[in-house]
Formats: sequence, C-alpha cells, structure tokens
Amino acid sequence: MTSIEEVRPYGDRLNDGAIQISFSLPIPLSAQSKEAAKQVAGKLGLEHLRLIYAQDLGNSFSFYIIYGRTSGSINLSSIHIPTVDIPQMDFWQINDLLAHELKKTVTVVGATMGADAHTVGLDAILSAKGFGGESGLERYPQFKIYNLGAQVPAEEVLREIIEQKADVALISQVVTQRQSHLQNLSYLEDLLEGEELRQDLILICGGPYIDTEVALEVGFDAGFGPGTTPSQVASFVVNELLRRRRA
Amino acid sequence: MKLAISSEQVQHCRAMALAIAHEVQMEISRMSTISVERSLLRLLGMEGATAGIPWVNVFLEQIQEHNVLEDGALYWLGNTLCATDLSISQIGQEVGEGRLDVVKTVRHPLKDIQASIAAVTMESLRRIFLLRAQRRQFRNGLPIHVSPLLYVIVASGNIHDDIAQAKAAAEQGADVIAVIRSTAQSLLDFVPEGVTTEGFGGTYATQANYRLMRAALDEVSRKTGRYIHQVNYCSGLCMAEIAALAILEGLDLMVNDALYGILFRDLNMVRTMIDQHFSRYLLGLFDLIIVTGEDNLIKTVDAFQEYYIVLTSQFINEQLAKQAGMEEKQIGLGHAAELDPSLPDSFLWELVQAQLVRQIFPHSPVKFMPPTRYISGNIFFAHVLDTLFNLVAIWTGQEIILLGMPTEGIHTPYVQDRYLSLESAMHLRSAACSLRKELNFRQNGKSKARAQGILDQTESTLSEIEQIGLWTALNRGMFSQIKRSRKGGRGYEGVFPISQFYLNPFLDQELVKRARKIAR
Repeated sequence: MTSIEEVRPYGDRLNDGAIQISFSLPIPLSAQSKEAAKQVAGKLGLEHLRLIYAQDLGNSFSFYIIYGRTSGSINLSSIHIPTVDIPQMDFWQINDLLAHELKKTVTVVGATMGADAHTVGLDAILSAKGFGGESGLERYPQFKIYNLGAQVPAEEVLREIIEQKADVALISQVVTQRQSHLQNLSYLEDLLEGEELRQDLILICGGPYIDTEVALEVGFDAGFGPGTTPSQVASFVVNELLRRRRA
Repeated sequence: MKLAISSEQVQHCRAMALAIAHEVQMEISRMSTISVERSLLRLLGMEGATAGIPWVNVFLEQIQEHNVLEDGALYWLGNTLCATDLSISQIGQEVGEGRLDVVKTVRHPLKDIQASIAAVTMESLRRIFLLRAQRRQFRNGLPIHVSPLLYVIVASGNIHDDIAQAKAAAEQGADVIAVIRSTAQSLLDFVPEGVTTEGFGGTYATQANYRLMRAALDEVSRKTGRYIHQVNYCSGLCMAEIAALAILEGLDLMVNDALYGILFRDLNMVRTMIDQHFSRYLLGLFDLIIVTGEDNLIKTVDAFQEYYIVLTSQFINEQLAKQAGMEEKQIGLGHAAELDPSLPDSFLWELVQAQLVRQIFPHSPVKFMPPTRYISGNIFFAHVLDTLFNLVAIWTGQEIILLGMPTEGIHTPYVQDRYLSLESAMHLRSAACSLRKELNFRQNGKSKARAQGILDQTESTLSEIEQIGLWTALNRGMFSQIKRSRKGGRGYEGVFPISQFYLNPFLDQELVKRARKIAR
C-alpha cells in the first residue's frame, strides 16, 4: 500500500470523506428543525448531507443523526506533536535500574487535588491492583507511595511532599468545569516554586483531559491521559532521574 | 427464576448483621451531632441565611461557643421561645444577623421548655404528615404506574438547565430524576442557601433548588400521567439536614449510606453513623425510600473476587436501617454490574449476582447500578454493555434501574445520551418482561456454585465482623481495602454526648402517633 500524504475520512472507499455526526437542538422536531439540523452540518463544511434519523426528545429538544462528506484533507507532514519521548521499560527493568544503577528508592506523593473527588485514575497508577493488567506502583519494591486520596488542598500536598521528602508528585485532575484543573495545577506549581522545591521534584499530572501539552503549559514535567499504565509513569520517572543525574 | 441457596444460611447472615448493627446502635445512642441539631431546627421551620451563612449554623455556633452544645439546639430554642415573643423564623433571623444570643436569654424551667418545644414539634409533624399525604395522593391519582423505575441523572451545575433536561428526560420515559451534587458538597458543614446556577460536576443541593425541581417534576408528572420521582443525596457532613430538607420539599428517594462517606470521602465514622441513624429515622417516618451505595465498594477492587463485600454491606445496611425504624420496602439496597467484560461468562456472573441480591432481599426496592469501570470512551460499545446491563436488570426483577450512559466518563450526560439509554431500557422492559417467569437456572450448574461461593464468603466475613465490631472492621480495611480510624476523618469535632437537658421530641412515639392521627 502506498503511503498516504493527504488524509481524508474513510467510509468504504478511499477519499470518500464520509462522516457521521449526531447532536441535539433546543427546539421541537419539525420540518423546519430538520432543515436547521442539516444546515448546522453544512456550516461544519459537510456536503452530500443525509439526515437519516430525527427524534423529538420532549420539552422542546430534538435529536439528529446526519451523514455527510467532507472535501477537506489533512497533510500529515504538517503535523508535529510534542511528546515525552522516553524508552518504555517494564516492572523488572525499572526496579532493576533503580536498585542497581540509580541505587534509589523513589518516594511518590499522589493526590486528587482541590474539589475533585475522583480517584479511579490515581488508584489505577498507584494502588497495588494497578490497571490494564499491570501492577500499580505500590507493588514496585523500589517505590514508596503516599496516596493522599481525593479532595486534597494544594497546601496539604505541599506539606506531604516536604514531610516525606518526595521525589515525585502525581496529581490527578478530572473535573474541568471552568478550567478548575488548570488553576489547581498551576497553583501547586507556584507553591512549590515559592518553597524552592520545584527543581528537585518530578511533577506529573494525569486525567482524562490531560496530555503533555497541557502539563507543560502549567509548568509540570509530564502529563498522562486516559489508558496510561503504571509502568509508563514509572518509565518516565526513571528516565527523568537518569537525565537529571547526567545533566 | 430462583437460585437454590439455603434459607438457613441467609437467616444466619441476617442474625449476624443484626448483632453488628445493634452494637453500633448501642454505642451512638447517647450521642448527637451538630448536623442532627441543625436538622431539628430546619424541621421546625428555621430557613434562611445571612451573608451566605445559614441561620441554623450560627445558632449551633452560639451554643458551641458557650460550651452548652450538650444540651442540644432544641433546649436553647425552647428557652428562647419562652423568654421572648419571637417566632422560630424570627429567632433564626435575629441569631443569624447577630442581634440575639440564645444562651444569654433568661433561663426558664425545663418543663416550660419541654412544653414549648413539644408544641412546635407537634405542629411541624402534623404539617409534614399532611404534606406527605398530599404527595401520596397526587402520585396514586396519576393514571400510569410502571415498574421497574428508570433512574437517570442530570448534572449541569445550573438548576434551570437541570430542570429543562429533567423534564425532557421524563417525557422520554424516565421515572426517577437525580440531580448530582456539586463535587465537594459532601465536605461542606453547612447547606448552601438559595437558587444556584454554578457548581462543579453537579448542582448544589439547597432547599430552594429542591423546591424548583419538585415543582417542575410535578408539572411534567401531570403532563405524562406518570409520577416522576425526585432523588437527591442524603450524605456527607450535612446528611441529617439534607434529610430534613428532602422531607420538607417532597422528595421521594434519597441516596443514603454512611459507609460511602467513611470510605470514599474520609468522613468520621461516628459522626456519619449518628447522622445516618437520625436521617433514616426521619426518612422512614415520612415514607421516603433510601438507596444505599454498595455499588461503590467494587469500583476500586477486583469486582469478581470481592463481590461478597456488596452482599456483606447490604446485610448490615438493612439492619442499620431497620434499627432506625425503616421497613424493608423503604430500604433500596444498592448493587452494581462492574465485572470486567472480558471475563468469560461475565454476563452469566452478573445475572447470578443480581439474582442473588434480588432473592435475598425480596421486599427491598433494590437499586441496580450500571457498569462504569470498563466504559472507556467507546460510546458504541458502552451502549452495548449498558443494554446487556438493562437485560440483566429486567430479567432479575430489579426495581430501580440507574441507567448507564454511552458517554459515561466523558461528560455529564447530554440530552441525547439520556434518550438513547432510556430507549434501550424501555425496549427491554417490554421485550424481556417475562423471562424470569419462563426460564430458570440449571440445577447444580456453575450459577449455583457461584452464588454459593459468594454467600459462603459473605457468611464468614459477617462472622468476622461480628466478632471484632464494625468500627474495627473499618479500621482493618475490610471494606474495599480502605482503612479508617474511629476518631479520624472529617467531622469528629461535631459529635457530642447529650446532657440531661437534651430534647428531641421528634423521637417521641406518642407525639408522632398523635400528629399522624390529626393529619389524617
């Protein structure tokens, strides 16, 4: 197969540009509302529109499923994604490296900060049970974990980082209403700067709407999104420790 | 459809759970909390806030500052009623605005205080019994009654948007509407006041928001001919107060489970057990249904290996609720379908587990919760899993089904997400309605073995908890591997032993009986 430079959505033929969308409108279903829905799709740049399903949702709401085609294409060579480029290691390699080369036990303080009450992601990485068929960091003999749980104020995270002489802080943020996740993360980073602790700490965030770009923006070292496994986080930590020792 | 399990074994579990609940009850019987006291003031009609601080909070702070908290709020309210010409609402306002210190009012004899409090309590009880009777009448008078009830959530953060979406959901077929609370509300030691339009991941529970939603749901009930139930969360540091507000504003079901707060919100166990007991007493008295939170116990542990903890907690929760005077038909025990879908036979195991709960608690309006752990953003496969969940729910005769959303874990539901979920559930409510009468488990098949295994583990866990007590069990991490200490966690400072002057005539069964009679 020849490599594709200009990429377009695929339905059942190359370059057909097929797209399905569904959405609701805050108006009752009518002939007029259906036309309005099609025009919404038109404004998105879709052509050859087919409104294949429309349903009244009650209380002046209605729902639409539309198929269409886009003539737009994307040039792949124009896309550059910033990534934390690190060699991936497994449980054994990580512990071996820490025990023999770095000769270090890594202390991690983890928390879900602010008003946020979600700990599933944090626990997936930290708790022994782990995630995605992998053990969590609690099972790693070279890691010492302090999991502070949910709704922890930034000040308490800071206090714990100082008290446990943490090497790594792992902050989970799920709730994004009014950008609260970014504010919380920046605030912690400021606190750490104020205490002159930032430099010696590996600062990591995670959550469904977190990626490397977001993390770097708020002054963190790395950010991990959905589906991240414990060994990916641990690999980053070990590589960062190696890098900092060399620097 | 029936699983062949031994009724003696189930009885043994119940007896052990009763002993566990009784021990907890004995320990908290001479104690109260600031949340319970504030709930009493609210039941008597003290509603209002000054500069965002509820009057009931200022009232409690006054008696706390003077070190007379142990006498309880009603002793000092009664004394103020005797010493002044103010109504309860006026007392609230005077206290809230800093013009009156209830502890500095002229002291009156205890028997006068008792008489004045008995009179206002009688009036409050009569009024609430009347409200509840009117609500019952309204519900029974509507032409359409369906089962099981389909339960969906709204959670926009803005009560006005919540109302628009709730009404749409009701028209689409929802029977139960829950407004998810703003994410940190369980940790607030006061109930916010007024109509609110901003929240995080949900909408604040306030008396004014309850009232607006109730009116909207009554309106849509009339329109659809089906009674639309209103749910909220009777949990967190204000558990007892929320119970009072729910009763006053005509809610139908309340999510209520101290264990959830202890394990997942780090609330102090003594505080929340006392709050829970009084909440359940009130909710039971005024004929609301509670739904418990056992679904959460298998969200962070292996749901197959540790499923027995759901059943264990249900046995204990049932007895704790009964100790508070609730009847089985008011105790909506919670459970969930959270098995890893890649597990071979996962559908069968969900079916067995759901049937086991249904069978052991035949009079409970059990609430079944949808999969969340393995819902990963693939909205199409999520819809498949949710539909299979709906099938299990209908097949095993669950009474309240909380519908899963294809967009679980992505955002709070969009208006079309609820529609798709309701469409699936309503289809199965019709398509699978007779399965349980027509099909049965194979005798001595793997279903039976699985059910027996869960019951055996539950029995031995209850036996261990009976020996060490519930507090110690929580301390050892027997629930979801989370360890909590008796004096640790949030809210312990709000717990106090009651003095000889303490009054709570809402517990006076003679008074309750008289009020109920008059209200008829």
